[in-house]
This record gives sequence, C-alpha cells and structure tokens, in this order.
Amino acid sequence: MLSLDQIKLRIEQAVPGARVELVPNGALADQASLWLDAAHAVECARFLRETPDLSFDYASNVTGVDWPDTTVKTKVKKVVEGQETDVEESVVKPGFLEAVYHLYSMTRKHGPLVIRLRTANRTDSVRLPSFTPVWRGAEFQEREIFDLFGIVFDGHPDLRRLLMWDGFQDHPMRKDYVEPDDYEYEPTPHDEVLEKAQSRAAKEANA
Amino acid sequence: MDEGLRNELSKAGVFTTSLSELYNWGQKNSLWPLQFGLACCAIEMIAASMARFDIARFGAEVFRPSPRQADLMIVAGTVTKKMAPQVVRLYNQMPEPKFVIAMGACAISGGPFKQGYNVLKGIDRYIPVDVHIPGCPPRPEALLHALMTLQKKIEEQSLTGINRPRQMDPNQTGEFPIPTFGAHDLEPPSNPEVWRPIKIDRGS
Amino acid sequence: MTDSAYTLLVVFLGMAVAFAAAPLAIAWLWSKRFAPRKPGTVKKDVYECGLESSTKNWVQFKSDYYLYGILFLVFDIETVFLLPFAVSFKSLPIGAVVAMLVFLLLLVEGLVWAWRKGVLNWK
Ligand code: SF4
Repeated sequence: MLSLDQIKLRIEQAVPGARVELVPNGALADQASLWLDAAHAVECARFLRETPDLSFDYASNVTGVDWPDTTVKTKVKKVVEGQETDVEESVVKPGFLEAVYHLYSMTRKHGPLVIRLRTANRTDSVRLPSFTPVWRGAEFQEREIFDLFGIVFDGHPDLRRLLMWDGFQDHPMRKDYVEPDDYEYEPTPHDEVLEKAQSRAAKEANA
Repeated sequence: MDEGLRNELSKAGVFTTSLSELYNWGQKNSLWPLQFGLACCAIEMIAASMARFDIARFGAEVFRPSPRQADLMIVAGTVTKKMAPQVVRLYNQMPEPKFVIAMGACAISGGPFKQGYNVLKGIDRYIPVDVHIPGCPPRPEALLHALMTLQKKIEEQSLTGINRPRQMDPNQTGEFPIPTFGAHDLEPPSNPEVWRPIKIDRGS
Repeated sequence: MTDSAYTLLVVFLGMAVAFAAAPLAIAWLWSKRFAPRKPGTVKKDVYECGLESSTKNWVQFKSDYYLYGILFLVFDIETVFLLPFAVSFKSLPIGAVVAMLVFLLLLVEGLVWAWRKGVLNWK
C-alpha cells in the first residue's frame, strides 16, 4: 500500500479543492489516519475505491467517536495596568462527532486505511455525507452511528434507528448521555453503583 | 381426611385423594413451556430439553410454539427494552394458569448488561415471576431445579380461600399493562403492582 | 327394549359422545366453580409473536396458489417412490429401472405440459 502521505497527495491531485489532513495517532498502535473534509468526502471515497492501484473496495468497519467540548488553559502575556503579567485564559475548544471508516482492498490485498469525517459541532450541525452509495456494506453501520451518536448521514438510503426504537430521543454512546436511573438493587454496591444508591437514598430521605 | 386413616386405606389397597391434590398433580406434571429464547441462556434451555438432561422426565418437554397452548414462560436470556413489550404481550396471551421462570442473571436483573442503556433490568418489573434462577448461564440442572421448585409450589396451592393462586381468584387480572416506547425509556419503567423491590437501608 | 342389531351401535355412539363431551363439561364446571374466565383484549388479540398485528388478518389467497400446491405435491410423492428405488437400485433388474424411468417421464411430461400452459406464471 502507498504511504498515507502519498495517498493524501493522490487524493489532492485527483479531487480539486479537497482538503485532506493526516491525523497522527500517539497510542501504541500508532495507526495514523486521514481526515477528509465533508464537502468533498464522497468524491474522495469514489476515488479511493475506483483507482486501480488503490481500489479500496471493502469498508470493513464504520464506527463513531464523540469528542466532547474541552477547555484548554493557556498562559497569555497581557499588559494589565501598564504591567506585563501572566494571565491564565481558558479557551473552550468545541467538540465534534467523528465517523471512522476502516477500508481494505480485497483485490490488491492491502489495508487498512483509516479515514475520518468530522462534524462541525456536537449539537446543531451534525450532518455528514453518507458513504453507503460508495460502499454498500456501510448501510447498517451508518444507521447504528446515527442511532447511537446522532450523526445524520446525507444521502443514506434508509436512515432509521437501528438498535433503539423510533421514538427514542437520546444518543446513548455520546459522552454526556445520562442513562435512566433504573438499576441498583444489589446488596453490596460499589463504585458508581454505590454513588447511585446513596444519591437515591438521599433523595428518598428528603422526599 | 387424616393421615392415619389414609395410610390404613392405602395398605388395604384403597387410594384416596382430594380434588385439589388431583388437580395440582395434573397441573404440575404437564407444564408446557412457551418456546422462545432471547439470548445465550436459551441454549441451556435447549440443552435441558435434549436427551442428556431430558426435561421430559418432569412433563415439561412439550415446547409450544404458541402462547395459547403454553402454561409456563421460561424467560431465558437478556430482555432488551425493545423486546420487553413483546414478552409482556406474549405473557398476556397465555391462558391461565400461567407461570414464569426467569432464567439467568439477565432475566432477573439485567445481569452483565445492568448498566446498559438498552437492557431491561429484570422481567419481574412487568410480570409476576414464580421462580428466579441465578447464573450466567445457569446449568440445565438449575433449570430442572427451578422446574421442581415450581412443581412444589403448584403442589401446595389451594383451590379456594384467601391463599388461592392468582388464576383461581376472579378479582385478579391475568393481563398486565404492556409498556410503551417512551422518549428516554420504557413507559412506565416498571409496574408497581408487580414489582416491589426490597428496601435496603443504606444511610446516605 | 328390542334386541336389534343396532342397539349396540347406539350404545357405542352414546358412549363416544359422552367420552368426548365429558372433559368439556368438566372443564366448564371447573371454570364455573374454581377457575374463573379471564378474557381480555390483549389475550384475545391475534398472535403475532408478541407484536401487534399491523394489518387485517383475514387475507385471501389467490386460487392459483393451489395449482402450485398440487404440482409440488406430485413431485413430493414422487420422492417417496424414488427413495426405496434408489436404495435397492443395484439389485434391480433392468425392467424395473425402465419402469421407473417411464414413471419419472410421465411426471416430467405433466410438468412440461403445465409449464407450457403458463400455469407457473404468477399473474
Ligand atoms: S445471564 Fe448470561 S448466559 Fe444468560 S442471557 Fe444473560 S449473559 Fe447470556
């Protein structure tokens, strides 16, 4: 397989205007990936699939990641009352949702190529282009991501919830999902369950 | 009839019984389970019905594919919230007398998926359970034991009086409300008529 | 009572009816005395594996369906004959094999005829 840098170059040459970024991975697996911008993503995907020496014809896995908002504290030098001092400023980095595709090539026997798509934020613009028209096998997995993360895939032929029922409103795999308080009855709870038990007992004592 | 007279009679070759004994004897030896399984525990239920464990020895081998002909519902496996209304509806469609065995950690409390968002934390939130079997999964012997426990329970039921079982009481319903799919959880999350968890004092 | 040859039959008939009716009668009396009836809307609903039925349950089948059924049945029964034939195939005289072939040919001919008449086209 070509290196990620080469693939990135090829995409940029083939799809004019496409923005591709290399996302390094600091973890042990050290599996870097490519981030495609949503506007040109489908064209890029077609290119990856149909170029003979790449021919990524198999999307083996599609998954989602939720990146919540983070606050970053930075020290900034500022002039306050004529004096230069270090002031701590906290900046909120908006979070986003991510769809991650693992691509393989059956014909050329190489892979995986990991590509990522990112939404603009986690609340109101959560749309991404669907890759189901390119890789048919992504259909159910995109439905699952829609269900559990709440990413809306444009161009998906049948975007309905997959695991939860239709009237369900939450997205359980998001980090800020609050599950219904409906378990605990165990004699020796510990950790989160203990916390839950105690808060419930306190609530009952107050009521 | 007192035991002594009965003994004497049986020594003389006369068999005596009472109506309720006869009825309970018939009922406990022909418990027909409803044929359905929800997850891994169902495999153990299937094993229990095969030759090695042979649930037929207890008269419960006739797994019925329709609730209309079943007496016993073995809830074998994880009850997801999406599946719970169907399970309750199947229970409602069974004719009296009907019994429920909750088999496995999942069916009695959510088990390993207790903290999951989509698993019902025990089928006893919606329907009355007669026997709970712990285990993940319980061995087929455990299912047989549960069946024998249920048979003992049936043996002791009286036909009349205040302690008669639910199906004998005209004031007790045989149907339980089916939960509906809500925006965040099943509505209602449990049926207080059926589900009375024990209160544990935890301080706070 | 006259001793006609039918007396015994009438007695038998009475016993048969009583034998069939007794359990029903006992069940009815039992439910009167001990186990009350408990009909309910969900209980009397159509059984669809626990789901609510979404359409009407009385559907009509096209009568064409029965032609398929009969054709299937013919070949189903053919296999019943083929099986013993296949088991003792080696020890059969040539005449039996020819007879079997003729039998098969007759059936296949029927199928071809039905096919050409357009019976197998679902309209
Ligand atoms: S209790 Fe264990 S074996 Fe049984 S259904 Fe649950 S996970 Fe599977």
